[in-house]
Amino acid sequence: MKPLVELASVIRTKNAGPYELTIDIIFKDSKTYERVKRENSLNAALIAGLYGVAEDDILTAIYFDPACAFKATMKRQMPCGNFGERDIYGAQQHAPLLDLLVQWGDKDAADS
Amino acid sequence: MLMKPLTLLSPTAILGYGFPDSSFERGLSFGPDVIAVDAGSTDPGPYYLGSGTPFVPRASVKRDLTYLLRAARTLRVPLLIGSAGGSGAKPHLEWCREIICEVAKEEGLSFRMAVIPADVPQLYLREALWDQRVKPLGPVSELTEADISDSTYLVAQMGMEPLIKALDGGADVILAGRCYDPAVFAAYPVWKGYPAGLALHLGKILECAAIAALPGSGSDCMVGFLEEDRFMVEPANMERQATVASVAAHTLYEKSNPYLLPGPGGSLDLYATKFEQVTERRVAVQGSSFRPAPYTVKVEGTKKVGYRVITIAGARDPRFIEHLDEIIEGVKERTAGNFNWEKGKFRLMFHTYGRNGVMGDQEPHLGMGHEVGIVIEALAKTQELAEAVLGFARSTMLHYGFSGRLATAGNLAFPYSPSDFKVGEAYVFSVHHLLPLKEPDEIFPVTFEEVRS
Repeated sequence: MKPLVELASVIRTKNAGPYELTIDIIFKDSKTYERVKRENSLNAALIAGLYGVAEDDILTAIYFDPACAFKATMKRQMPCGNFGERDIYGAQQHAPLLDLLVQWGDKDAADS
Repeated sequence: MLMKPLTLLSPTAILGYGFPDSSFERGLSFGPDVIAVDAGSTDPGPYYLGSGTPFVPRASVKRDLTYLLRAARTLRVPLLIGSAGGSGAKPHLEWCREIICEVAKEEGLSFRMAVIPADVPQLYLREALWDQRVKPLGPVSELTEADISDSTYLVAQMGMEPLIKALDGGADVILAGRCYDPAVFAAYPVWKGYPAGLALHLGKILECAAIAALPGSGSDCMVGFLEEDRFMVEPANMERQATVASVAAHTLYEKSNPYLLPGPGGSLDLYATKFEQVTERRVAVQGSSFRPAPYTVKVEGTKKVGYRVITIAGARDPRFIEHLDEIIEGVKERTAGNFNWEKGKFRLMFHTYGRNGVMGDQEPHLGMGHEVGIVIEALAKTQELAEAVLGFARSTMLHYGFSGRLATAGNLAFPYSPSDFKVGEAYVFSVHHLLPLKEPDEIFPVTFEEVRS
């Protein structure tokens, strides 16, 4: 297992329209990215667990090679600006990812 | 056929966010064929569309427009402005039109301007609903007649076609209501014969200007260079670079799926897109294509749900902080009891900063600091009730008794007098749906006017 913060150069959330929240994780280099992708260390089930939502609420979870990035988009807790809103832009919902340890394969000892 | 390369200048991420003089001058030194700027977003939430007000201050928009109009008229190139006034409904468009006319007078500029409203008539949308042609966009409920009639303004995101019609009509300045962000950048190249795929992908990057650069900035210029089979981007400011990482990362920004980006009339397909670093500060992109689909546009609407009043307070007493949850529950109960004849007409909420103010139930760390910031929010059907509910909740919390209380003079520290703030009308999103059109410019009439200094 590896702390995600050691592998990524960008960890962010933002609205994707008023009804969706999207997570972008951009990895430091292609080698790191390829390994995370090969291990499928990030996936819809993991994101759903981290945010305490149903897996059905994770609308996409996708690896994006051109940016060495993982992206997951989920249903917003409520439409942007409804009563109970806490983060209009959705730009500060990334904190659970900062604590995340990700699968790093069985070669941990040798590689790290 | 060999196409003439085109240069596009995007001065800033949102009209009114500004840009350094030196960047703008350097941007102009590339001799842009067109200057375009996006002025809108739904990001700031439902209030601005619902209330018909802009989210960028007038003086800031006027400042940017003064630079842009002067430059566009000096170079004799078109200036395109999309999503006028932020939300792009009728009052936003008129607000921006007035500023343009004011600048023209002050700067002694005359030009032909096309104005393109993006308002959707309620009846038009209702008929489409009856014909079952309207579809939810994303995790949104089916549209209802009430959603339509409750919306203060309804706008649709226009694509390139109405803008191209304006270019055909000889417009020097094009002021568009709600508009698909990349369209203001792609319209001119497509009008000149470029394929939509490359032009729209370039538009996707330019619409946020230097946000796609390193270091990123929402208030600096980006220059786009479009060639036969690729485009390049470079920030105008020498202190910034475009890198493969910064440009590719921007392709992810605010999107659900980065490979397939839907818009009016089809999707931008990035499965075959390649990014390449051509100089230290410039990135080339190729392989992006456009997949046409039946022509649909996104319709947006918001409706008023009442009035909001808030108060801001701090708490420093460790015993109060320790009992915070039970105190909040107690204040809610007392307030509900005191206004029981108004049940269902108001709602009360507590934001507790320093605890879970940002993430609520999703907060992974529920530790308590030595102080807590509290925002109490009341939303009610009338202004009067919102003020009464908030006032009651505030004074009840201030004097709330709990076991072990030592500081009996008051539980809250208020930074201000008055302590309560009238936020005004509160809105929520009511329409976020796809509407098919028979013709791309069907609901986007283009009118021309001669602006005289």
